[in-house]
Amino acid sequence: MKATLRVRRFDPDSDTPEAHFQEYDLDVEDSATVLDGLIKVREEVDGTLTLRCSCRSAICGSCAMRINGQAGLACNTKISDAVPRGGGPITIEPAGNMQIIKDLVVDFQPFWDKVRAVEPWLQPEGPEPETEYVAPNDAMLHEAGVMACIMCGACVSDCTVLAVDSNFLGPAALAKAYRLVVDPRDDAEASRLARLDEYGGVWDCTRCMECVEVCPKGVAPMDRIMALRDKAMERGHTGTYGARHADAFADSIKHSGWLDELKLPIKTFGLFNIPKILGLVPVGIRAQLAGKRPPIFHKSIPGVQGIRRIFDRMESRR
Amino acid sequence: MINHDVLIIGAGLAGMRAALAAGDNGADVAVVTKVHPVRSHSNAAQGGINAALTDRGDDWRDHAYDTIKGSDYLGDQDAIEIMCREAGSEVISMEHMGVIFSRDEEGRLGTRAFGGQRQARTFFVADFTGQALLHVLHEQVLKAGVRVYEEWFVLSLIVEEGQCAGAVVMEMRTGGVHVMRAKAVIMASGGLGRVFEPSTNALICTGDGMALSYRAGAPLMDQEMVQYHPTTLKGSGVLITEGARGEGAHLLNSKGERFMERYAPNMMELASRDVVSRSEQTEIDEGRGIDGCVLLDCRHLGEQVIREKLSQIQDIARDFAGVDITREPIPIRPGMHYQMGGIKTDVNGSTAVPGLYAAGECACVSVHGGNRLGANSLLDTLVFGRRSGQHASDLAKSKPHAPITDAAAEDDLERIRALLENDGEYMFGRLRLDLGRAMDRRLSVFRNQQGMEQALTEVRDVRERYRNVRVADKGKTFNTNLMFTLELGFMIDCAETIVLSALERRESRGAHTRTDMPDRDDDNWLKHVLVKSTPDGPRIEHLPVVITEWEPQARVY
Repeated sequence: MKATLRVRRFDPDSDTPEAHFQEYDLDVEDSATVLDGLIKVREEVDGTLTLRCSCRSAICGSCAMRINGQAGLACNTKISDAVPRGGGPITIEPAGNMQIIKDLVVDFQPFWDKVRAVEPWLQPEGPEPETEYVAPNDAMLHEAGVMACIMCGACVSDCTVLAVDSNFLGPAALAKAYRLVVDPRDDAEASRLARLDEYGGVWDCTRCMECVEVCPKGVAPMDRIMALRDKAMERGHTGTYGARHADAFADSIKHSGWLDELKLPIKTFGLFNIPKILGLVPVGIRAQLAGKRPPIFHKSIPGVQGIRRIFDRMESRR
Repeated sequence: MINHDVLIIGAGLAGMRAALAAGDNGADVAVVTKVHPVRSHSNAAQGGINAALTDRGDDWRDHAYDTIKGSDYLGDQDAIEIMCREAGSEVISMEHMGVIFSRDEEGRLGTRAFGGQRQARTFFVADFTGQALLHVLHEQVLKAGVRVYEEWFVLSLIVEEGQCAGAVVMEMRTGGVHVMRAKAVIMASGGLGRVFEPSTNALICTGDGMALSYRAGAPLMDQEMVQYHPTTLKGSGVLITEGARGEGAHLLNSKGERFMERYAPNMMELASRDVVSRSEQTEIDEGRGIDGCVLLDCRHLGEQVIREKLSQIQDIARDFAGVDITREPIPIRPGMHYQMGGIKTDVNGSTAVPGLYAAGECACVSVHGGNRLGANSLLDTLVFGRRSGQHASDLAKSKPHAPITDAAAEDDLERIRALLENDGEYMFGRLRLDLGRAMDRRLSVFRNQQGMEQALTEVRDVRERYRNVRVADKGKTFNTNLMFTLELGFMIDCAETIVLSALERRESRGAHTRTDMPDRDDDNWLKHVLVKSTPDGPRIEHLPVVITEWEPQARVY
């Protein structure tokens, strides 16, 4: 089949080092992947095209890039699937949220620094057993869902929080942290969760789902981050705005059956947190002008008893 | 100039295991690797790692015997004994580091069956065991604070007064060339799969370490022993784990027959890899294949087994062949997979060049001989990676740095300058493809004199054209075009040693099957073939095989 790859190029060594797009018209096999196409370019057409790639089977994590605006592995994206509806070129850009070194090669150092920051190694206490640790297979299978992470950085590329705050640990590092928190052999859960409760940790995720969407290995980093939040709160880490927001949300639902949007920010930030509360005033004014101001008197919905029973049953199960 | 006691080249399982061992032994250790450690090709090992654990009623002697028989009696039995005896503690220490090995109902390590072995002794993590081990070793390297020079590409080894004194290395990010001085160097750079086209190997497996060591004076041994894996995917050549057959998958020909009944009636699909690959190729050659392939059938395993134990190959078959393995068989064929041969070492990783060690696929201890058993490669990397790390760091304690300076980089700088200025007519990609296709055509499952002679001519023709290669990218920053061109130089050296060794061995043994000399000849060829680089060109040498207690027998599965 014929296809056109429209590749974002950048060479810091060139006389005119501005990023630009370059198009390559290719004739490839129907089963060819985007990576096959890019390799064909660099081996047969344009030797200067620069990208990372190695295994060609979605296990080494080298070839994450943005394909038609969304992060993915070039090696497991078929060209035939990537051609936009109605035809036209496939747009290929480097992974996002990382500095571009050259063409499709980005600087992963901040990525690895964050992985390092979660102390991603097993920390058992006490003497090692003579033979293996005894651990349930279910726990190992559950962890395998996260160990399947190949550190390709697709999630980091498309993370909407990292786009505005580079201090966020990010989905990959937090998923790695999750695997150690849930490992039955690890005894550092308390200190791990305390660290993850801080700024840049689990509460900075906005639950946009992008990382779940783009992960090529089904790791679902956001789900792991949410599970870490639960664990942090169970451990008594209820002081962050995030945890207080979650508590206030749940309290409101339990109490009235629906969300009290006036009380939510007050309970989250605290009534006497003047700067934060003042910061909400413009939001309130805009809501008022748009006719979206929540009611001042918050009434319970009919059938709230049923909702409370659900809460009671869930809480008794913990 | 950068100084370290022990310099390790490569950050796969062997390299990182060596780094931890050398660090534990008090050495200042550094790792250089042309890709980030978790991008290493150890990732691709899917099936598992072998160990005979005595508390499971297994015996390392049985494992050793299976390995020796699997090697077609070319493996050195002293080395195999060490590997099999130390396997249990190595697996347990990886578990202690955090590997999430599959468990049995009691929560203890579970095993699966693997080819060529009478016991189920393969420990595994679903079907991504290599990845699980690699990532955990990387965690430990982070914990230990080992210095890793990521995306640094080795240009040459420095040999000073007959001893290895370090390496000349190019930093890809900047193009800067550095002299790295070390009291001991451990080569752990992996295999040479890309010398063949197609291959299951990653694009980074270009035989760098073998060629670097060969050029530095270390002989390469058993280079003719190239493993063709029985189950590689049609088209892309991507690997389908032996674990699939370990879990009970069948091989079928175009008539729907389980043809292994005719070739290995006892072990069937789980005979040694060379046996299964030959059987498949025979079916295909005799017209019982389908479009150059036979079929791997997983359907009867059921969705749960597939989901829990073979999830990755389910993805691979779907993504790369459009096959749902719960409903259809997978078209597969033998494909180049592993190099049994490599840099000749002793059981401590020492090579013929003092100060230079080697471990993992680039090394040849030799524990795999003529044919490696599935799940013995991970074991090899860990056991001999650790031993190399220990011995190299011991050596480093006993000697000072060699008196070398930054001038040691001059030859490489000149070589790079000449390459960049050479406005030749060939792109490296064209030459690599010609080389790989020649090797796959002439040195695959079945070989003969005429074909191998033809291959030698073709390899030397590529070498000739390589003088006329053109590097299009003249820049400093991340110049992969230059790196691939340098790698191709390594690959040509590797290819030549493979063909020369294969021509030398005038019998059939293990993966080296000659249609013109179909029998094993223990009287004349129970010995290793070595190739040494000399000023007059490659020179062939021989070494006897070490036999301890297992005398060669006919090999029946």
